[in-house]
Amino acid sequence: MLDEQPVTATPTGGVALDPGSTRGGAAGAVVNVVREYMIVVVVIVACIVLALSSDVFLTKENILNVLENAAPIGILACALTFVTIAGEFDLSAGAMLILCGVVAAKLEPSVGVAVCFLLGILASLAAGVINGLLVTYFRINSFVCTLASGLMIAGLGLVITGGFLVAVTDQNYGDLAFNALAGVKWSVWIFAAFALACAFVLSRTRFGRWVYAVGGNVEAARLSGINTRLVKIVAFAVSGTAAGIAGVIVASKSGQAQAGDGISMVLQAFAAVVVGGTSVTGGRGAIWRTIFGVLFLALISNGFNLLSLNQVYQQIVQGGIILAAVATDALSRRRTV
Amino acid sequence: MAVQIEDSDGSALATLAPEGLGGLQVSVRSIHKRYAGARALEDVSVSIARGEIHALVGENGAGKSTLGKIIAGAVAPDEGTISVDGEEVRYRSPREAIRAGIALIDQELATVRDMTALDNVFLGAERRSGGMLDRGAQGKRFDELAERVGFTGEQGVIAGGLRTADQQKIEIMRALVRGARLIVMDEPTAALSRIEADRLLAIARALREEGVTIIFVSHFLEDVLALADTVSVLKDGRHVRTAPAAKETVETMITAMLGRSLEYVFPEPAPPPPDAPVVLKVRNLTRSPAFTDVSFDIRAGEIVGLAGLVGSGRTEIARGIFGADPASGTVEIDGRALRMGSPRHAIRRGAALLPESRKDQGLAMHRSVAENVSMVHLDQVCRHEVLQGRRERRVVKEMLGRVQAKVATPSMPVSALSGGNQQKVALAKWLVRQPKLLIADEPTRGVDVGAKQTIYELLKGLAESGMAVLMISSEIEEVLGLSHRVLVVRGGRIVAEFEGDAAQEESIMRAAFGGTGPGNTTKEGSADAR
Repeated sequence: MLDEQPVTATPTGGVALDPGSTRGGAAGAVVNVVREYMIVVVVIVACIVLALSSDVFLTKENILNVLENAAPIGILACALTFVTIAGEFDLSAGAMLILCGVVAAKLEPSVGVAVCFLLGILASLAAGVINGLLVTYFRINSFVCTLASGLMIAGLGLVITGGFLVAVTDQNYGDLAFNALAGVKWSVWIFAAFALACAFVLSRTRFGRWVYAVGGNVEAARLSGINTRLVKIVAFAVSGTAAGIAGVIVASKSGQAQAGDGISMVLQAFAAVVVGGTSVTGGRGAIWRTIFGVLFLALISNGFNLLSLNQVYQQIVQGGIILAAVATDALSRRRTV
Repeated sequence: MAVQIEDSDGSALATLAPEGLGGLQVSVRSIHKRYAGARALEDVSVSIARGEIHALVGENGAGKSTLGKIIAGAVAPDEGTISVDGEEVRYRSPREAIRAGIALIDQELATVRDMTALDNVFLGAERRSGGMLDRGAQGKRFDELAERVGFTGEQGVIAGGLRTADQQKIEIMRALVRGARLIVMDEPTAALSRIEADRLLAIARALREEGVTIIFVSHFLEDVLALADTVSVLKDGRHVRTAPAAKETVETMITAMLGRSLEYVFPEPAPPPPDAPVVLKVRNLTRSPAFTDVSFDIRAGEIVGLAGLVGSGRTEIARGIFGADPASGTVEIDGRALRMGSPRHAIRRGAALLPESRKDQGLAMHRSVAENVSMVHLDQVCRHEVLQGRRERRVVKEMLGRVQAKVATPSMPVSALSGGNQQKVALAKWLVRQPKLLIADEPTRGVDVGAKQTIYELLKGLAESGMAVLMISSEIEEVLGLSHRVLVVRGGRIVAEFEGDAAQEESIMRAAFGGTGPGNTTKEGSADAR
């Protein structure tokens, strides 16, 4: 019935260019542009501030160091971007990251460095696929589902290690973390390659479109013939794989493994996703945003170090920034709808 | 006010809400209301007398629900005045209307599913005693009201698990707790069985005895005759007449609702050639309780209209054919059976569904126009899974041109378009690869006049190019104007079929309402419909 259709439309049938136009087109447009590119501006400003206040910031060593430290979280964040755009959440990524390290460290003596890393990644991938199956077939809220599965994966790590720290003695185990190509650590190259691959898939492939469609309107996607379950399962599998790759880097660097839930790593990665401007309600976002989000959080941490600020305040600052990012998203949403 | 039943100390516990106080008298004057450029009400003036049951009747989309909601303060009119007991009022929220003694019991029930019956009844009007909920007083009052409306359930039962009829009683009790002296009921019997509906009518009569004014919005004309004191007929958002129910019959009311409004010119689609093959074959399609044993064919080039009242099962049948919901029975396209319950399979066989709600089911509103258009047939713009930007731009541009959508740039979010252009985009995405069957559910809902005309022309053109079209519309003129053949759905069954000249507004309406002719007094028709 007509009675129930308050649809936004111009009486003329013409095009309302700006969704926020009901309250002054200009204001709405500004909010949208700010929302669109704020993270870029913020990262540039942070760089300028740091460059002006510290001599060390612009040195090659410092910048490579920032990137190297950001690599594992960055890889995790790229994968979480997939999951978030698809309208889901993966709280177990940290646990999968640690599981990978545990599996690798445990198997290294018998199969060697390369194979043990591969098996570690496979273990995380398997966990990711199981997450996807649970979420789609049992229709469990993914936040709750991956909270539970994350606990179980962490527990599995505990069973494997028996609660002990597993140290790896093979020298080659650390190659990945400590060796460099063209002056840049392997971990940074892996991060760059993974980010590029994710960006390509999301923005240039059919599957990427499916991810946006499923997160943007799952019912419309289903009625358009998209296999929404498969899309979500693959998103979780990507998350598992990414956790595995990040886990390999962490393991290689530390040379040891200890069971844990890695929850703080997921939260940091998720923070990067949100700060970048990917919408937590799904359907909107991009890898480049997440990369800027990762860089920004890394810069803050770097700034605290370089400027010898009291580390105690770092988390408060990070929390405030996430809040600001989410509030901007919510604000623009209120204007668009 | 004489009786303040909801004193915070609960002192006026024993007083029943409306007793001795009388219902409210309401009059609306020159009410206008438009939704997205589409007229819902135009210059409507109606007076509702104190303590009467006043029915609002009309076709789907005639504006009866809107008028009910305006009186209840749930919807604000664009123009016009509302007076309650002679005083002009302007409610800014339902809350203000409630405080003034007006309650709305909507088609979509507003019980909080996870709360108990008791808590639902006292929602927002909790009795307190020293800052704590006064459970005892509430319980006593609940039992009292339960007896009045015939609610037999326990106080502590969870509302969500109750039958619709019982949930409705809870809403009526809630209205009474709040001291309602005017209750607007929007299609209260639509979801009830015959017995439950009769019981509801009895409750309404009892409330009238106690002095409550009731506005009864319904398309069950026999219920209206059985219950109402006065009937107002609306048509196309205009007030036709208000008369005592005693002077009306089902016939006279239907006649008053009829008549063509000449706002649109319907393009006459060329008839399909006599040898046109059957494209869609539906046999014994059933998904209880929504629809039962639905069988029909559509030939290439034929537009078949599915008419019926809101809630008769039209949309459910369409979704069943497309596989959006699981159903039993068989659906064949070009002689090949579809896998039931799989939209993906249906699309592969050449089916397309323009869904009822483009916002919820048709479009990803925040994504771009281009992405929405290419969503269904992405393989057409991909090579080895990789999007071909240039090819996509070309295809999207071509599609937007075909549906005559006015889009500044295909990269803009579809939410920024007008309703009409959104609908054109929702259609365009199905045309990237020509479907064999197009199911269009309310194709012109919430779109402006110009876009309506374009959509009519498009549907006609698609049919003439050999597509089988199944069209659903609440606007009977639309069904009549565009279809070669009309199927009428009532109570989830196809109850009548009209072809060519036999398809008249009156005969379709009669079949949809279940009235079988003059002197029809049995309730069988409407019982069927439930």
